[in-house]
Amino acid sequence: MAAAIPLSLLVLLLLGPGGWCLAEHPRDSLREELVITPLPSGDVAATFQFRTRWDSELQREGVSHYRLFPKALGQLISKYSLRELHLSFTQGFWRTRYWGPPFLQAPSGAELWVWFQDTVTDVDKSWKELSNVLSGIFCASLNFIDSTNTVTPTASFKPLGLANDTDHYFLRYAVLPREVVCTENLTPWKKLLPCSSKAGLSVLLKADRLFHTSYHSQAVHIRPVCRNARCTSISWELRQTLSVVFDAFITGQGKKDWSLFRMFSRTLTEPCPLASESRVYVDITNYNQDNETLEVHPSPTTTYQDVILGTRKTYAIYDLLDSAMINNSRNLNIQLKWKRPPENGYIHYQPAQDRLQPHLLEMLIQLPANSVTKVSIQFERALLKWTEYTPDPNHGFYVSPSVLSALVPSMVAAKPVDWEESPLFNSLFPVSDGSNYFVRLYTEPLLVNLPTPDFSMPYNVICLTCTVVAVCYGSFYNLLTRTFHIEEPRTGGLAKRLANLIRRARGVPLL
Amino acid sequence: MTSDSCGPSSRLYLAAPDQLGLLSSGCGATCLPPGRCTAGPTLLGAAPSGLPNPLTSCRLHQHRPPSSRPLLWARAPSALDMRAGASVSGTGSAGERGSPGLTGAACGHRGGDWRRERVRRWERVRSRAALPRHGPPVGPGSPARARPPRAAPQRAAVVRTGLGEAGTRGPWTRAAGGPMRGPHRGPGPLQLLAPLRLLAPFRSCPLEALRISGPGLALGSGVPMQDSGFSVLSYVAGIAWFLALVFPPLTQRTYMSENAMGSTMVEEQFAGGDRARAFARDFAAHRKKSGALPVAWLERTMRSVGLEVYTQSFSRKLPFPDETHERYVLGEWGVPGPRKHLEGGMVSGTNVYGILRAPRAASTESLVLTVPCGSDSTNSQAVGLLLALAAHFRGQIYWAKDIIFLVTEHDLLGTEAWLEAYHDVNVTGMQSSPLQGRAGAIQAAVALELSSDVVTSLDVAVEGLNGQLPNLDLLNLFQTFCQKGGLLCTLQGKLQPQDWTSLDGPLQGLQTLLLMVLRQASGRPHGSHGLFLRYRVEALTLRGINSFRQYKYDLVAVGKALEGMFRKLNHLLERLHQSFFLYLLPGLSRFVSIGLYMPAVGFLLLVLGLKALELWMQLHEAGMGLEEPGGAPGPSVPLPPSQGVGLASLVAPLLISQAMGLALYVLPVLGQHVATQHFPVAEAEAVVLTLLAIYAAGLALPHNTHRVVSTQAPDRGWMALKLVALIYLALQLGCIALTNFSLGFLLATSMVPAAALAKPHGPRTLYAALLVLTSPAAMLLGSLFLWRELQEAPLSLAEGWQLFLAALAQGVLEHHTYGALLFPLLSLGLYPCWLLFWNVLFWK
Repeated sequence: MAAAIPLSLLVLLLLGPGGWCLAEHPRDSLREELVITPLPSGDVAATFQFRTRWDSELQREGVSHYRLFPKALGQLISKYSLRELHLSFTQGFWRTRYWGPPFLQAPSGAELWVWFQDTVTDVDKSWKELSNVLSGIFCASLNFIDSTNTVTPTASFKPLGLANDTDHYFLRYAVLPREVVCTENLTPWKKLLPCSSKAGLSVLLKADRLFHTSYHSQAVHIRPVCRNARCTSISWELRQTLSVVFDAFITGQGKKDWSLFRMFSRTLTEPCPLASESRVYVDITNYNQDNETLEVHPSPTTTYQDVILGTRKTYAIYDLLDSAMINNSRNLNIQLKWKRPPENGYIHYQPAQDRLQPHLLEMLIQLPANSVTKVSIQFERALLKWTEYTPDPNHGFYVSPSVLSALVPSMVAAKPVDWEESPLFNSLFPVSDGSNYFVRLYTEPLLVNLPTPDFSMPYNVICLTCTVVAVCYGSFYNLLTRTFHIEEPRTGGLAKRLANLIRRARGVPLL
Repeated sequence: MTSDSCGPSSRLYLAAPDQLGLLSSGCGATCLPPGRCTAGPTLLGAAPSGLPNPLTSCRLHQHRPPSSRPLLWARAPSALDMRAGASVSGTGSAGERGSPGLTGAACGHRGGDWRRERVRRWERVRSRAALPRHGPPVGPGSPARARPPRAAPQRAAVVRTGLGEAGTRGPWTRAAGGPMRGPHRGPGPLQLLAPLRLLAPFRSCPLEALRISGPGLALGSGVPMQDSGFSVLSYVAGIAWFLALVFPPLTQRTYMSENAMGSTMVEEQFAGGDRARAFARDFAAHRKKSGALPVAWLERTMRSVGLEVYTQSFSRKLPFPDETHERYVLGEWGVPGPRKHLEGGMVSGTNVYGILRAPRAASTESLVLTVPCGSDSTNSQAVGLLLALAAHFRGQIYWAKDIIFLVTEHDLLGTEAWLEAYHDVNVTGMQSSPLQGRAGAIQAAVALELSSDVVTSLDVAVEGLNGQLPNLDLLNLFQTFCQKGGLLCTLQGKLQPQDWTSLDGPLQGLQTLLLMVLRQASGRPHGSHGLFLRYRVEALTLRGINSFRQYKYDLVAVGKALEGMFRKLNHLLERLHQSFFLYLLPGLSRFVSIGLYMPAVGFLLLVLGLKALELWMQLHEAGMGLEEPGGAPGPSVPLPPSQGVGLASLVAPLLISQAMGLALYVLPVLGQHVATQHFPVAEAEAVVLTLLAIYAAGLALPHNTHRVVSTQAPDRGWMALKLVALIYLALQLGCIALTNFSLGFLLATSMVPAAALAKPHGPRTLYAALLVLTSPAAMLLGSLFLWRELQEAPLSLAEGWQLFLAALAQGVLEHHTYGALLFPLLSLGLYPCWLLFWNVLFWK
């Protein structure tokens, strides 16, 4: 009996994966996508999206086999009963005025917002543990998230995925504006990809080029989505996104031309064999009305037209899974050349408590057209406790960027498309109807100088005190322990001296 | 106090010659009721030779057999602790406090059978010290009672520790006991003991007769001591200290404190000299064509080099406008400045700035390179260099902070408008459009002024608004790149002296230092960097000088220095904070820190304090004099108590002088229109002339106040007024010196002597002349002459007067446009105070 159980377990172990694969084959899928957008300023933005979708109930314990979905994140979802998780690491600032609206906005630094399931009893505890675990997974300082920088927005940050109710009690939001993003954050992010950086679009993700840009933002979004059109059951979706903006002025010596090789110093050689879809979109919309034209090489197989962010755009599509695409030239290096060089009212305010929670001000405003709205907040600069200063207090203290979420009326009505079929870059934010599109903008963080004491002061005080103590103590000690003699008037003369000499020799007290 | 009050509360005032500490000593032990003086004064003493020693005199009251003079040997390992012992004994009544004072020691032995007893521990000595003072004897067997007090031999305390004086035997110090057998014995061994000097005796002690009238501070009672030797000494010390600041122990080499800017590891690659000159030519041509700042051209050019470009329009109403205004708008004191475009008193213009966005930075920090442009064609080369630098910087990838390239119109007015809009404040009533582009907190700024394609030297200006200075590290940074690039760099237009060991270097440094003091005292923003300092942005101005020297540098050299500075500033992790914020510069590579220069003004202010103290004593004494029948002859009229004296009579002069100050501050600008209607003068002239008229009218004040004030005691009246004025002046100067040392020092140097001397007796004409010569306005005139003298461009009297008028108008204007504080400080603070002294002088 005792021997039989291990044996049966062994059999189960052997059969388990094979049996699952046979039984429900397409349980998870991977789509990858790269969008290259020439920006109005002449810079080039590249947005990677990798979507892993898994038709599984992760909430239930006992899910132990992971194929494409990263296990680290899957366990996180079941352990902390997450409903949605949105994490972004950004270095730089998306300059909307010059680059136009972004596909995916993110504030400078690290941002994390999470919706928990309503079964969670102690949200703050789960939040704290979750941020610590994420800190380990992504090699970031997310463990610095605590109650002092966590808020619970009431109006913004609605769930992006399936949600039954939106009780904002289960929402937590935090920003670390000072977080610096670098290779150590990129590597764990890449490891979550099924093909890692071995094949497919992720070949282009080389740190030395990605961090040689004007803007770098990588994010992880986890949310539940409908498994089918009738939404009878849910699937889990993991989106990994990465946006970079290449400075055409520096890399292109003033020309707007670009190529994959020039931007990433790599070309695409093979598609990721695990991916069910692997595409490159290139925005070939003619922005300027003047007669400058552009030429993409190699010429695209198909094009795609849609209303993106309120404007009609045309994209050239390169499908990496199309075997002809790679085989013709053994690698794919897309180039683009310009023929001619270009010339309601709601206000929610939650005051801060010192060292416990930050201020939260939410306003729902309807902006008049062509107007400038200025929201200013006065604050006092206060002295902190001396242990609360950072090691570089004169650098200043960061105030997190503020967020602007808007539903902007679209200039061109978009036709409703099948959500599952549309490109990834167009399907993260839920669209209610074709007449609006969702935009979320972040302002730049603010660096505030607080009154800073002179931290060399303690050193000076110690020096001064030590000197004073040494001098005073030394002289007092000297006085107190000094031996005083009273000199006898010289009466004895030579005879006495002699007598004393003899006495000393004998060991008798002197006269 | 009555005559038997020689009790424990009486105090001896002792002071070491080098310090003015008041040490109270155990005089109580000394002066028991007459005839019972037993112990103590032996310790104190050592009056300067030639003076009657109060202690020897005190000795007269004591009956002390000269017979037994025991010697007390004390082990004195060092002079230091002996001196400590001496001061301890001097502090408080030694016996009572049980302090280990040597007086107590002596007293302890007084009645003891000291011959046989060998005192081994100091504590024992000390414990005995208390014996005779504390009523009941310790015990019948106590040695203290064994001997009748009368016969108690005076034991000498062992105090002598001076170096190498008589009575010292190596580590063993001999203490002489009771060496004074007569009243005037000259300095005996004991008198040499403590280098202390008796300043003043107490009044109601039997030692009354022993008042000292030596050179020094007399705090005596009775006849007031008019000895002002100490005051003179203090004043001279203050001046001498200031002059000594340029000598190497006090002036130190500058050094880079900021870690991030430590070594010069950057390699400058700027090579856009031709480009800069082409930009400058285009800019000058467009400017000439449009007659104002070519905004469109600047926008286009900045955009073409890859910057984000924004503009800001502003307008400002000047307090006194119009074309005659130009006559008084002078740049540096004397250098005619740019003419403003005036339309009905409004100055309006446009600033253009481009922002270089650092890659992967969130625009939280930035650096600023600014070029202020007047309406004439100076500074075109600076704009050219700025654009060429922007083009070069744009191509680099190492920037961690955004860089703002700012070209302002109307010099500082534009800078002020831009800064106010950037920080979203409005402090001077400037109207401007809000800024569209921001770049976070500005960490540092450099202003550039170049008017020629080649320069012989670069002059650096640090003095900002109200005497604010940038962090010394910024200047060090500039100096580093001067040396690295082999540029000729000057400070205050003076070359750096090389040799600080001989006399020449310091003397040359003194010129530079004086120039800096004059500039800082003026409180003007000396270049557009001066306005940045108000927002805690470290900034300095670089000025290209093109003189007749043979060797010249082109724009590449200047550009490389700037590139190096910006790359270093780009490395900064924190704001510049490591180095000094308060300093004086006798040279580019030498500085004097605040700890070293403040004593100079401290000595000067001490004079006021001493004078005030003396006056207070005199007033107090005059009040007390009546109560003492045998006191000094006071005023014949009965007086109210000293506290109440004059306070009521002080109100009128104080109010009137303050009102004069207020009028001086308000009326010139307010009444300019009235003046222009009635007199054939322009507004600016009207302001200056009204200013002078009100100033002079203040001199007529005493003739008015002496009728207003009904004083019963004229002498006490002026004393009280002078006392108040002295304290008022001292407080004002102290506060000014803390924030703007140069201004405080200059004012103190000029005003203190006259203020200390002013009184209604004696050579009043002389005093009046002195007072007028040191009035704030005269000081300004004098400063102008000194300024030009130091710049080696002496002024004639007429020129000086013109310059003076210009400076007055400029001062008022700068107060209104930038918030410079010199004008309100002089008109509301120092002028009324000075009037009080004038009032004292003509007291009737």
